[in-house]
Amino acid sequence: MPEIRVTPLGAGQDVGRSCILVSIAGKNVMLDCGMHMGFSDDRRFPDFSYITRSGRLTDFLDCVIISHFHLDHCGALPYFSEMVGYDGPIYMTQPTQAICPILLEDYRKIAVDKKGEANFFTSQMIKDCMKKVVAVHLHQTVQVDDELEIKAYYAGHVLGAAMFQIKVGSESVVYTGDYNMTPDRHLGAAWIDKCRPNLLITESTYATTIRDSKRCRERDFLKKVHETVERGGKLWARWPGGAARGSSRAGLPPPLQVLIPVFALGRAQELCILLETFWERMDLKAPIYFSTGLTEKANHYYKLFIPWTNQKIRKTFVQRNMFEFKHIKAFDRAFADSPGPMVVFATPGMLHAGQSLQIFRKWAGNEKNMVIMPGYCVQGTVGHKILSGQRKLEMEGRQVLEVKMQVEYMSFSAHADAKGIMQLVGQAEPENVLLVHGEAKKMEFLKQKIEQEFRVSCYMPANGETVTLPTSPSIPVGISLGLLKREMAQGLLPDAKKPRLLHGTLIMKDSNFRLVSSEQALKELGLAEHQLRFTCRVHLHDTRKEQETAVRVYSHLKSVLKDHCVQHLPDGSVTVESILIQAAAHSEDPGTKVLLVSWTYQDEELGSYLTSLLKKGLPQAS
Amino acid sequence: MSRYPDLCLNPKECVCQEMGTVDPSIFWTLLFKGAFYGMKKREVGEKYCLSGHPTLPCNVLKFKSTTIMLDCGLDMNSTLNFLPLPLVQSPRLSNLPGWSLKDGNAFLDKELKECSGHVFVDSVPEFCLPETELIDLSTVDVILISNYHCMMALPYITEHTGFTGTVYATEPSVQIGRLLMEELVNFIERVPKAQSASLWKNKDIQRLLPSPLKDAVEVSTWRRCYTMQEVNSALSKIQLVGYSQKIELFGAVQVTPLSSGYALGSSNWIIQSHYEKVSYVSGSSLLTTHPQPMDQASLKNSDVLILTGLTQIPTANPDSMVGEFCSNLALTVRNGGNVLVPCYPSGVIYDLLECLYQYIDSAGLSSIPFYFISPVANSSLEFSQIFAEWLCHNKQTKVYLPEPPFPHAELIQTNKLKHYPSIHGDFSNDFRQPCVVFTGHPSLRFGDVVHFMELWGKSSLNTVIFTEPDFSYLEALAPYQPLAMKCIYCPIDTRLNFIQVSKLLKEVQPLHVVCPEQYTQPPPAQSHRIDLMIDCQPPAMSYRRAEVLALPFKRRYEKIEIMPELADSLVPMEIKPGVSLATVSAVLHTKDNKHILQPPPRPAQPTGGKKRKRASDDIPDCKVLKPLLSGSIPVEQFVQTLEKHGFSDIKVEDTAKGHIVLLQEAETLIQIEEDSTHIICDNDEMLRVRLRDLVLKFLQKF
Repeated sequence: MPEIRVTPLGAGQDVGRSCILVSIAGKNVMLDCGMHMGFSDDRRFPDFSYITRSGRLTDFLDCVIISHFHLDHCGALPYFSEMVGYDGPIYMTQPTQAICPILLEDYRKIAVDKKGEANFFTSQMIKDCMKKVVAVHLHQTVQVDDELEIKAYYAGHVLGAAMFQIKVGSESVVYTGDYNMTPDRHLGAAWIDKCRPNLLITESTYATTIRDSKRCRERDFLKKVHETVERGGKLWARWPGGAARGSSRAGLPPPLQVLIPVFALGRAQELCILLETFWERMDLKAPIYFSTGLTEKANHYYKLFIPWTNQKIRKTFVQRNMFEFKHIKAFDRAFADSPGPMVVFATPGMLHAGQSLQIFRKWAGNEKNMVIMPGYCVQGTVGHKILSGQRKLEMEGRQVLEVKMQVEYMSFSAHADAKGIMQLVGQAEPENVLLVHGEAKKMEFLKQKIEQEFRVSCYMPANGETVTLPTSPSIPVGISLGLLKREMAQGLLPDAKKPRLLHGTLIMKDSNFRLVSSEQALKELGLAEHQLRFTCRVHLHDTRKEQETAVRVYSHLKSVLKDHCVQHLPDGSVTVESILIQAAAHSEDPGTKVLLVSWTYQDEELGSYLTSLLKKGLPQAS
Repeated sequence: MSRYPDLCLNPKECVCQEMGTVDPSIFWTLLFKGAFYGMKKREVGEKYCLSGHPTLPCNVLKFKSTTIMLDCGLDMNSTLNFLPLPLVQSPRLSNLPGWSLKDGNAFLDKELKECSGHVFVDSVPEFCLPETELIDLSTVDVILISNYHCMMALPYITEHTGFTGTVYATEPSVQIGRLLMEELVNFIERVPKAQSASLWKNKDIQRLLPSPLKDAVEVSTWRRCYTMQEVNSALSKIQLVGYSQKIELFGAVQVTPLSSGYALGSSNWIIQSHYEKVSYVSGSSLLTTHPQPMDQASLKNSDVLILTGLTQIPTANPDSMVGEFCSNLALTVRNGGNVLVPCYPSGVIYDLLECLYQYIDSAGLSSIPFYFISPVANSSLEFSQIFAEWLCHNKQTKVYLPEPPFPHAELIQTNKLKHYPSIHGDFSNDFRQPCVVFTGHPSLRFGDVVHFMELWGKSSLNTVIFTEPDFSYLEALAPYQPLAMKCIYCPIDTRLNFIQVSKLLKEVQPLHVVCPEQYTQPPPAQSHRIDLMIDCQPPAMSYRRAEVLALPFKRRYEKIEIMPELADSLVPMEIKPGVSLATVSAVLHTKDNKHILQPPPRPAQPTGGKKRKRASDDIPDCKVLKPLLSGSIPVEQFVQTLEKHGFSDIKVEDTAKGHIVLLQEAETLIQIEEDSTHIICDNDEMLRVRLRDLVLKFLQKF
């Protein structure tokens, strides 16, 4: 029994370390190869020993597909390919191919240089790993081998993010990676055609959330930044739990400086576009800075990959490339000490190291300042601590940093919400759905919803748990046009709903299957037809001449068999379709006539019916 | 040798043979119209040629009831018959004498002007459209675009023929195609000309005109340029596709664009069903310039390969032409002259700028300004930098750094290359001589180039260098004669030459090649150069404008899906080593041009015996087909079997062809021959069925 098997090595009822094994029609594909930001021990990478304990990974896996450049989807790739050992193809889109090595290098630097980890992958390993990458373009059908093909669809989420269809014959699986169903400031919405896969593997980060419109969140964000740098005023603090704290801080003096810790790629560009256009519209003068290094380079990628951005940017980039920022300037270390209002984007996004942390330490003591966290922070990071309300932070050297500045959280992560996930399921029309990249409790809720609304089975395996779906693929064969046409010609019957029976012979030679008419099959095999014919004698009491008997038989059959072709031939015989009836005199009894009814095996039903009909005798001529 | 076995085996199939070449999907449409008769015998693939221009093709392919237009090229050579449109009032052009007939009759002098021994039409320039009469273009289902030069007639087709289908093209083709159209419309609309000449087109008058006007073809169908509104509407009908994307058309045909290596986003197309494959090769290049290399491997195993868009200058080597271009440019500038390069705003200009980027410093030209003047110059330069996935490998790797793939970004940054929408405005302030100007249109009939021809034509210091191969440079120059400026002809056409074609055909081995008639004979001017034609076996089939060509393949097979439940019920039997057979009785379902076979329905349960049966209920349906039989019956074994089954008193007689087995008791006789068995008995159904089953034991069913 053919089947599709899916085993998450990571992202099963969890966010992080995305890595899903799929077996389909004898092909093995690994979807994503991510790291877990919450762990720094063995658990940060998927357990690849699950795939095969003895053999080489390359022998077992037909290909690896990376959905986008976020480290929880590609962070384990150099470890996997260079340290565990995989030499097969790795597929990803061109922007992912461009940006992923930079993030990997960044990740490596923090792990090795800052945290001093040993036995980590090296820069050279990242380079060697990237040599195994094959770029995939949107909607291009990539033939991995003769049978396995993959196709990428636009996923929004981040630059170059893609959903992948994995197809073997008539069986297929779609893996969404992370996606976003609503266009944002710089990217478009995910889209897939009605490809009806056997299985849709979808992320479910926001399985239970229906998010307010992006516009509202943007307005909130702009308001906060604006008020801080311009004049202060009422501030609304929104905490990760979603509860508003009200205007309890209304009495505070207006703060001045805003720090926005970001990762260099993705949200940073979206927020920059947002502020840039707002600054332009409001004619604001307060400077916006972007911490240097990676970020400027990052903007270059966006400029060169314009076709991957949203429609508006694509349309207007000649007049105005949205990633060439007029108001946003490179940050210099010295600016952090200048007293005036300013907005600074600084990396990294979780305040765990680098420039964002440095600036944070300088500004944290002033209640006029504000830090806005635009994304999720992993446990253990300064970002996570201040978001969970901690105000006294222990820094290295037993120093304690008191956080007086205002802390804001704004979710700008670009995942589909529950509505979006349902929308995508509706678009693709899968036979089954499998949830990954989410929390078990929330998945449970979404699973029920999907099963109710779409009447399909929905699965949510934990890591290491295998889901097996039996499939029943149809078998494609070649039918000779002659046979097909013959059948279609019969379709001329007025009763179109009546199923038409097709009869033919399937010739199976190697892997070549052809359905031909029986006649053609005989001829191709060099065989002669063996004709089997029956002739039955029916005795009939009739004193008239044979010719007259024949006429009576003819008119009787004609009246009974209205749908059949009944003919009286010049030689005196009667035919019904191909069945021949002749009347002869009885050798001994002149009052009896013998009807010879003759038919072939192929017309057996009709022949046998006719004999029994004639045996009942002919109606008396009135 | 025929690729496919013959179909007709049996008189039963004679009906089918009559229709043997009819495509079932065509057949379907006819069925729905209820017209079963009067079907003409025809081939399954048909090609209609709507343009005779081999590099600006427009063909229509009918394949499996899908009507596919291949390219939509616009022949602009017609504009050479018109006077140039000057951007700035030109006393020379506005004071030309009217032309009069030999007998002095001057009734045409408003429309026709004489200029340096040639006669030109003084009117808004007009273009020669593809044939619109040969087939009803509203029946075209899809249009496939191979590159941005081959879509310039699109607005005429999509906006004025009732076309309701979809156009498929790659993103660069659409974006750059839009720029080319925008430029064209802009060039023509910004010099409004009241007059539209039509008198000279009268057939009786045209006969009296001097060449080449006299010989111009289809003048009555020549049309003025479209508007931007029509361009936008036409382009909105385009659906973007990527290389190797499989696009299903009505479930019957699959089309796939492949990289053709000629221009940004340029494609060849595969048009195929499960058993037939047509390759459309149009404007391909094997040279390494900026686009992604040509995908040759996917063209293999084609039944038919349609070959268009070969190089227009088969004798010129593009590399040496570029060298000549650079040296002539340097020479002129060093002598204090200006260089004019009439060109399109995209394509070869990127390669020229790249060559100059490497060349100008070593040639000591770094202080010479390079101007690129076109309403779409900026867009073209910007767009070229964002299509990384459509570029050659070297350029792709640049975006990983990230750096702009084309070095003209640096030329612009360092102010060596400046671009302007037109000669008006900023350009007039910045203009310094000597300089190099890239501008359109290469026909020299409209665009900013007209101004520079008028401005620089009188000085022998200046040079005009022709790089675009689309127009005869002598004809282009005709209305500017006499000319003091130097004219250099360095046509750069990177498309396939005949040597490359024969290599390609050897490589991909199509069964048949179809091409424009121009490619099947040497060029008229070089009739001895038999190397300048396509050489292949079997000889290529040629076509010309307004011709319909039947493609040389017959369809024999169609894909059908056997549903898993049915597949499980099949009983294969090995007939020969490696060959198995299974008889199939199944229900055929056809939907959206897809066929599937499902298990036959179970015989209906006999409904409660009380219902009165009508006589006709018993009549068997003759449509239930029984299998054919094959094999032979060994008499001795057959008799033994009969005996085993209780028959006695069996007598066997030999006949000329076989035997007769007599069952005397049952008054039954069985004639057994090599290929037939005849059971003759009294009307005893039980007996007949018993005998039948015994006979069938010896035979195989098909």
